[in-house]
Amino acid sequence: MNSKTISLATQVNNEPKQSSLLLILHQYKPALWLIPFALFFYLFQIAPMIWVFINSFIYEGNWSLENYQEIFDSTFILQSFSNSIWISFWSSLVGLMLAAFFVSSLRHLNNRLKEAIIAFTNMSSNFAGVPLAFAFIIILGTNGAVTLLLKQWGLIEDFNLYSRWGLLTLYTYFQIPLGILLLYPAFDALKKDAYEAALLLGSSPFKYWIKIGLPILSPALLGTFIILFANAIGAYASVYALTSGNYNMITIRVASLVSGDLFLEPNLAAAISVLLMLLLFFITAINQWLIARSCYAK
Amino acid sequence: MQSSKQFVHKSVVYSISTLLFLPILATFIYSLSSSWGATILPDGFSFKWYNALLTDPRFIDAFGRSLLICLSALLLATVLVLPMIFVVFYYYPKLDKVMNLLILLPFAVPPVVSSVGLLQLYAGSSIQLIGTPWILIATYFTIALPFMYRAVANSFTAINLKDLIDAAHLLGASTTKAFLLIILPNLKKGLLASLFLSFSFLLGEFVFANILVGTRYETLQIYLYNMRQTSGHFTSALVMTYFAFIFLCTWLASRLTRGTNQ
Repeated sequence: MNSKTISLATQVNNEPKQSSLLLILHQYKPALWLIPFALFFYLFQIAPMIWVFINSFIYEGNWSLENYQEIFDSTFILQSFSNSIWISFWSSLVGLMLAAFFVSSLRHLNNRLKEAIIAFTNMSSNFAGVPLAFAFIIILGTNGAVTLLLKQWGLIEDFNLYSRWGLLTLYTYFQIPLGILLLYPAFDALKKDAYEAALLLGSSPFKYWIKIGLPILSPALLGTFIILFANAIGAYASVYALTSGNYNMITIRVASLVSGDLFLEPNLAAAISVLLMLLLFFITAINQWLIARSCYAK
Repeated sequence: MQSSKQFVHKSVVYSISTLLFLPILATFIYSLSSSWGATILPDGFSFKWYNALLTDPRFIDAFGRSLLICLSALLLATVLVLPMIFVVFYYYPKLDKVMNLLILLPFAVPPVVSSVGLLQLYAGSSIQLIGTPWILIATYFTIALPFMYRAVANSFTAINLKDLIDAAHLLGASTTKAFLLIILPNLKKGLLASLFLSFSFLLGEFVFANILVGTRYETLQIYLYNMRQTSGHFTSALVMTYFAFIFLCTWLASRLTRGTNQ
């Protein structure tokens, strides 16, 4: 790469002066092909983010922190944050654990079966959003087949799908396939001989996992946790379809402030969005720090 | 000892798979049952809900609109992304690192956040964008971008780009001609796989469609949402039809990627 730029530079210097401008233009001609892409990417990805950032600091036409003040004064908005964080955290944790068990067991099955099951997981990861909410209403709604079955067996008194536990079930469901797909390659780091060596030296399988398996996997597990968390906290379609926007979550608040029927406050929505992004940034930073501290990171 | 362990592993895998499969299976049975009230098993089976769905002109229209938007978005993405990746890899390989960060943005920024900015930026524009399919096509390009960039960039690293282009130059071809006739056929599989993958992803997109356009241009997901008050059997038939379509796309994508690995 470097030698190429140097040789190009010397080439430019050796050319007669009158054509040097043309040559520079010619040299940058390939960059012109980047412009249409850059334009679209700017207009529909970067510019909206800049708008959100700037306008979160504008209140009634003036620069101010009023929007942020309003968030911290409103128990309703703060509740949306705590609801979102609660559901995202637990669904990511439970989803991650189930995915980890699944992947570690999957590796012991034969290849054909493994491939078929990974293909199925891939497929079920697409079962999200509005269709997933409908499927959950059918099986776990008030008159859902599974609800009735569990009631008949006396396992549950009542199950309200439209409550925080119902949402947690729904969120965990869509976290599992994603967790599996992300963790599956990471488990390659576990070598079979390490396990056998540990057992030969008198370790129990449990001790092997605590002392060797989990530490080796920890960067992958942490990284996957963050992706699952970000996935959950930004989710909107399934909770909107399930509760028609009646459950108080961050994304529901933001959307209702820009496209609701009344009380449109885009700048307040922008401030909530900035806080949401800050939250994600903060969690990613902690994660990076933890991974960097781990001696098993590549 | 060995077989009992195998049994434990199998039961873990199968029970979680069953858990994942249950909602899909239930929706499927629900869509085929003539009625299923407050009982554990349905009363009888029939195809009437599929019949009702496939003869509903509103469904056909919504499906057509979704196809149109997704295909246009993928076309736009291909036209914008392919030359960009080629230029990055052939002329400015150092930009690859920057691009790898940029393509994280559509993943890292929740669609709800983007839509706040999009709605305010283009609500007052002289060309009507909000409420039209155009805004969706343009934003869907950003969704497809990470998939396409990763897949096509992988194909680029797999081929010997510099040598291929140099050989073409020596034989008298222009860079454009070399790209179209030599590089493009090499990218075909990776590109197609990423297109099918993005397509299934875009078909399921609800947030942008709901906030930016809503009922003004009813796509499949919006239609699905609007039908929530009608019979659950009808929506199940709708979900299953949609899912069958998604299944076809992911299956094609996985077939294509497997083809490249061998």
